[in-house]
This record gives sequence, C-alpha cells and structure tokens, in this order.
Amino acid sequence: MTDRFESHDLDVLVIGAGGAGLRAAIEASAQGARVGVVMKSLLGKAHTVMAEGGVAAALAHVDPSDSWRVHFKDTMLGGKMLNNWRMAQLHAQEAPDRVRELEHWGAVFDRTQDGRILQRNFGGHSSPRLAHVGDRTGLEMIRTLQDYGVHQGLEAFMECTVTKLLTLDRRVVGAFAYWRETGRFVTFRAKAVVIATGGIGKAYKITSNSWEYTGDGHALALEAGAELIDMEFFQFHPTGMVWPPGVMGLLVTEAVRGEGGLLRNAKGERFMERYDPKRMELSTRDMVARAIYTEVKEGRGSPHGGAFLDISHKPPEVVKKKLPSMYHQFMEFANIDITKGPMEVGPTGHYVMGGVRVDADTGAATVPGLFAAGEASGGMHGANRLGGNSLSDLLVFGRRAGAGAAAYAAKAPAHVALDSAQVAAAERALLTPFERSSGPDPYAIHRKLQDTMQSLVGIFRNEDDLERGIEAVRRLKAEARTVRVEGSRAFNPGWHLAHDLENMLRISEAVARCALQRKESRGAHARLDYPNLDPEFGKVNSVVTQDGEELRVSQSPLPRMPDELRSLFEPEPAGAKT
Amino acid sequence: MPEAILHVYRGDASGGKLQEYRVPLEEGMVVLDAIHHIQGHQAPDLAVRWNCKAAKCGSCSAEVNGKPKLLCKTRMDALPPGEPIVVQPMKTFPIVKDLVTDVKWNYEVNKKIAPFTPKQNAEWRWKQEDIDRVQEFRKCIECFLCQDVCHVLRSHARTDAFAGPRFLVRVAGLEMHPMDARNRSKFLKQDAGIGFCNITKCCTEVCPEEITITDNAIIPLKERVVDDHYDPVRKLFRLVTGKKES
Repeated sequence: MTDRFESHDLDVLVIGAGGAGLRAAIEASAQGARVGVVMKSLLGKAHTVMAEGGVAAALAHVDPSDSWRVHFKDTMLGGKMLNNWRMAQLHAQEAPDRVRELEHWGAVFDRTQDGRILQRNFGGHSSPRLAHVGDRTGLEMIRTLQDYGVHQGLEAFMECTVTKLLTLDRRVVGAFAYWRETGRFVTFRAKAVVIATGGIGKAYKITSNSWEYTGDGHALALEAGAELIDMEFFQFHPTGMVWPPGVMGLLVTEAVRGEGGLLRNAKGERFMERYDPKRMELSTRDMVARAIYTEVKEGRGSPHGGAFLDISHKPPEVVKKKLPSMYHQFMEFANIDITKGPMEVGPTGHYVMGGVRVDADTGAATVPGLFAAGEASGGMHGANRLGGNSLSDLLVFGRRAGAGAAAYAAKAPAHVALDSAQVAAAERALLTPFERSSGPDPYAIHRKLQDTMQSLVGIFRNEDDLERGIEAVRRLKAEARTVRVEGSRAFNPGWHLAHDLENMLRISEAVARCALQRKESRGAHARLDYPNLDPEFGKVNSVVTQDGEELRVSQSPLPRMPDELRSLFEPEPAGAKT
Repeated sequence: MPEAILHVYRGDASGGKLQEYRVPLEEGMVVLDAIHHIQGHQAPDLAVRWNCKAAKCGSCSAEVNGKPKLLCKTRMDALPPGEPIVVQPMKTFPIVKDLVTDVKWNYEVNKKIAPFTPKQNAEWRWKQEDIDRVQEFRKCIECFLCQDVCHVLRSHARTDAFAGPRFLVRVAGLEMHPMDARNRSKFLKQDAGIGFCNITKCCTEVCPEEITITDNAIIPLKERVVDDHYDPVRKLFRLVTGKKES
C-alpha cells in the first residue's frame, strides 16, 4: 500500500535543517551514510539564522585563563546543576574545535587585534567567550554549514513536513511526510532518524520563535515511544521588543548587554543591583527576565511595559559595527536610533531546555534507531541555558548525533517494508480535517493556546494556574480533534497549522504537567508557591512518556558526576547560588 | 479603528487575480502583519513564506505596489495612505500559489559554485580590515529580491546563462576571502555569465541588507575576469605559476 506514495530509501534521515540538523547530516555523510535532510522551510531559513550574539567556546583568545573546565563550570552553575554533566563536559571540551572547523569551512568571524577569532562577554560566562560576527552569528553559521553541506552529498528535501515516525517492533524504521507545496504524501525508509527540529516557542503568545517552532520533534519522539526530560524548563529571554505590537517578542540580542548595555527602570535605576549586584546586566537569563518582569509588575516599567536597555553611551560607530542588525531593527520597526537613546525591552519566550532524552556521547534516544540533537534534545542546559551555548551545542551534538546515527545505520538490518496500518493512520489524520463540513478554525485554537500558555504557564507559576492551564490545554486538544480546514492541499498554511497545532498541544501539556510536579524554583522554572531551590528536586530529572493518548510524568535520578568534575565546584556547595 | 485595504494576488500556475481584503490598522504594522491577519481571520489557505519576521531570514520576499520587498520590513505607514496596497508574488520565479514562488533554481546555481578551498599550511590569522568587505557579502540573507529585480532574469529570463547578482555576491565573498586558494574566474565568465550584467545597479537598490552589490562585488569580479582572460601578462603569469583555475 505504501507504493501509492513517493518513497525514498536512506541510511540516515535528519529531520530539521538548522545548525544541529545540518551538522548531523554533514557528519553522517562523512561516515559514508546516505543522508537526507527534511525541512519545513527552504534551506538556510531555519531558526539558527536568527541567532545573533555568538557561539560559546573556550578558545581563550581574549582571556588566556579560560579553559573547558571554566566553561563547564559556568554552564553547570547556569543550569542550576540539573544539566547532564557528561553533555556539559563534552560541550565545553569540543566547542573550540567545532568553531575552528567552521572557520576552515569558510566562516568569517570578527577578529582580535592579533588576527584571531574575537570573543565577547555574555551573561553567566566568566570570560569573554563568544565567537561572533557582529550580531548575525547564526546567519554566518547556517550559511557556512549549508554551503559546505551541499558539496558533501546530502540530499535536501525542502518544504517537507514529517508528521509521523514509522516503527517496527518499537524500532524507528522510517517516516511519513507531506510536501508543503503540493500536499502530496511521501514516505522515507531510514535505518536511523535524527530529530533536529528545534523548539516549541510558538505555543506562547510573546515569543522570538518562528512558525516552525511547534515542538514537532518532541511530539514525534513521544509518539514513537521515546522519553522527554525536563520540559518545565522553558527560557524567557529577558530582552525582546515590546513595541510596536507587530514586533512584540522579537529578539534583542544579549550582545547589547555583552557590549556594555545598561538596564534601567522608569525611575532611572539600574535595578539589577537589587537582583544580582555582582553580575548586574550580565547575570543569567532566568534572573534578568524575572527582574524585568518584576519591575514592570511593581509599576516601574517603561511606557510600553518593559525596561530600558541603553547602549547609547558607546560611540555610534561601535554600536553600528558590533550591533548592526539591532541598529536597523529598532530604526526600521520602532523609529528609535539606539545610538542616541534607549530601547524598550521585555521577556520573550525563546528556548526550551527540555527535550528528547539522549545518550550524551551518541545522541541516541531511548528508542532504537532514533537520535536527537540541538534544542529538540534535553539535558545539556539543565534548568537554564547560558547565551551562546546553543550555537555550540548544535555543532558539538549535531556532529555526535550524526556520527551516532551513521554508526547505528551501518550495523542496522536492511530496510523493511513499512507498516501499512501506520501509514494509513498517518494519511487519515492529515485528510480528515478537509472532510468536515463544520468545525473550529486552527488559527482560533492556536490563539487560545498561546493565551493559555502565556498567562498560566509563564515566567512565574503556581499550582492553581498550572492546574487550570492543563485543563485548558486538554479542552483545546479535544477542540482540535474537530478542526476544519478550508481550501486545497496545495501550499495551505491553515492545513499545515492544523497538524502543527496537535504537536503544540501535546507538548504544552507536557510543559505544564512537568511544571506542576516540580514543587520548587530552579532556573527558568519559578514557582510563586515554592519560591526556593529544593535539594531533593535537584537530584532528579522530570521524565515524560506517552501511554496511548495520555502523557505520564515521572522522575528519574540525575546521572552522578565523577569526583574529578565535582571537585571543580568546591568549596562552594553545588547549586547554592540562586 | 482605521482600516487598510490590500489587494493580494490569489492564484497558481493556472491563473489568478487580485483579491481585496480589509484589515484593522495598528501602529507600526508591516505588510506581513496584514497578510497574517488575513490568514488568521479571512483566508486560512492564503500561501505566504515567512520565518523570522525580523529581516534576517529572507523568506517573505514579494512585490508591494510593484516593488520587490521583504513583507516583514515594509511598514504600512510608509505606503501612500488611503490607497490599496497591492501585494503580488515575485515576478521572476514561477508561481506556486498566491505569494509563494518556486525559487529552487537558485539552489541549483549555488551548487555549481566551487566551495571555499583553504590554502594549505597557512596561518589562520588576518586583520579585521582584511575581511570587512567579505563580511559585507556574507550579510546576504538569500531573499532573492536582487534576482527578482535583475532585468537579465526578470525581463529576458536568462536563468540558463546568468547566475544573477546573489551568486556573484557569493563568489565575491569566496574570491576575496583571505584564505581561499581557488580562482573562479573561468566559472564567472562561462557559467555565471557575468558579462550579462550591464551595471544598472537595480540589485543594489532592492537589497534589504544594503550590500553594495554592483560596486563592491560585481565590478571587481568583472575586472578580475578581464585581467585573467584578456591580459597577456596575466596569461603568462598563469602559465608560469600554474595557479589552478576552476
């Protein structure tokens, strides 16, 4: 029955073409695998392109005392010690090589006086550590990977959406997808699948994320039987635009603060003095986001409900050289010249720390044949990600997952016939919304979900809100099962959203339910009813699995850090800083 | 609440027409906001590409009142007040549906460009001023508006013979990279058809990243091609040094 569809046979199928997906595909190709990369957008448009500030790597070009150990320690402390220690270690050790490798593939980073890769300060990093290209580092990275990758033999399937992973005896053996342009279905037989689909931010109303960020990989993995971890940890970036309304949530890079930008409230106070006097503006994102939120809530906000972020004390030519896209963004969208006056900024939904549970060394998920890397995977960043650690994460673990998948594929059995019942179910699920004569519109349900997550599962949480949030999401889930789609299958965004919405709803419930069971405040997860760190919760990851249509949340003990690494945190007790 | 009137192209390869929509006007609104409002409230199947909504990804390229623009960067209040705003797909590329066009040709051209090829045994150190120009070219977000406006592609449809400004910029970024060891001058002349460009600078005008495409990328490349192919001294130099061409 699968003969009815276009079909492709691959060794490794990579889902997602951002930094992690492309790096995984390049590595799997280099290991000799036949690789295909499926992406919802065109090549080079993935979310990585929007990353601005830089890629964190202890190159020690600016501060010679920097080392992987310091980077490791910063990362663990930033993540409130909930990180998978082995991932944090590999990340800190390998990031410098990955950055140098990118340079050898043609990336052109800003330079130091003596001609090496320049590094800048960022929140939570104890040395200037971020290799960068002005404030468009992500563009440099994705273009480098794209232009290098197309010569490595990987096949790109552009504007193609995977809606289901196909399994045989609980092993992942393929995927079902549709071409966005025509609406035609396509199946993939793959010996290994790498999930590199990024995040979930579109479940929130105020977000820096694009339409693609609908938790697809998280949902695909859950449905295929894999575990997700730590889904309660969703990062609100402290500085998004708050005005005008059309650009609310748009990212204002942390590099503004890295380059010396100051935060003030309506009274002109540098309010970070009250929240983190030592690190001030260069505190971690969870702290700064909550500080701005609190200032606004207590009546000291800027006219449009944010804080003032000011870089205008620096020479205009420096601002334009180091922050060119911020300069243009404010000039064009808000009529503000940031070389002359302050920006208005407020928290914006940005990044999910939680994701597919993986083996640190290979990226293998808890289901055979499935791998994950980048934002879609969990563990690396613990309870809060440091700025700059995402681009390095993509490179380090994209490569590892690509190698892991290729090694698995080399030993895996030959391609199998895909289960026609699974394929038929995937097909039915996509076609049913066209057949209903009435039913809600997917856009309306999406708006309700965004309002729910923003107000009930946001920066500050409590039991009552979370319980109401879970109820609301479950009601919306039921509503989404009756959704009606108008028009044809040819490039139909309403239809695309109808499917993406199911993923968002499933993942939103996972976020809210993990948040409900973690009765403490840690990193990005802040509970008004449990405002302190609880050492008992510091010993466990939250685990989500799917049982039929129901989600199950449980806990599992953190992997134990070896003494050699543990000693780095002495005499300061682990996780003592909040 | 004040309203804006938009005439949006609805159709596909078999034909189509401009359709009128009215949307509430908000302060600071851009054309993409209006298109999203139409999608979310009136025409859920209206096809448009977009990703970052911040002029960083180059997805939402279209033509507003006949001019190639990023929809996310075109403010409603910069357009003539009270007049309908006409939004159409890029003309140079085959239409898929509504505002979405088939831009795959660009990806095929890109594949033909010889990749970055680092010099052997060289030290990876260079000054910032040595790469300022290369970094200008690498700002390109691949919106393909320069390809859309270029008359060689738009009016004469020479996709068979001319790579277009986007890919001349890409080649310039490689050729001027301090560590690149290749010479792409034969490619520029024969495959990329650089001679087709007659320097009308339309591409430079529409570039949302403000890359000085013609003056900084194309003209120096044209000079290089002339030097390499028509300068007898250079020709002799190549024979003697054996510098590889591609």
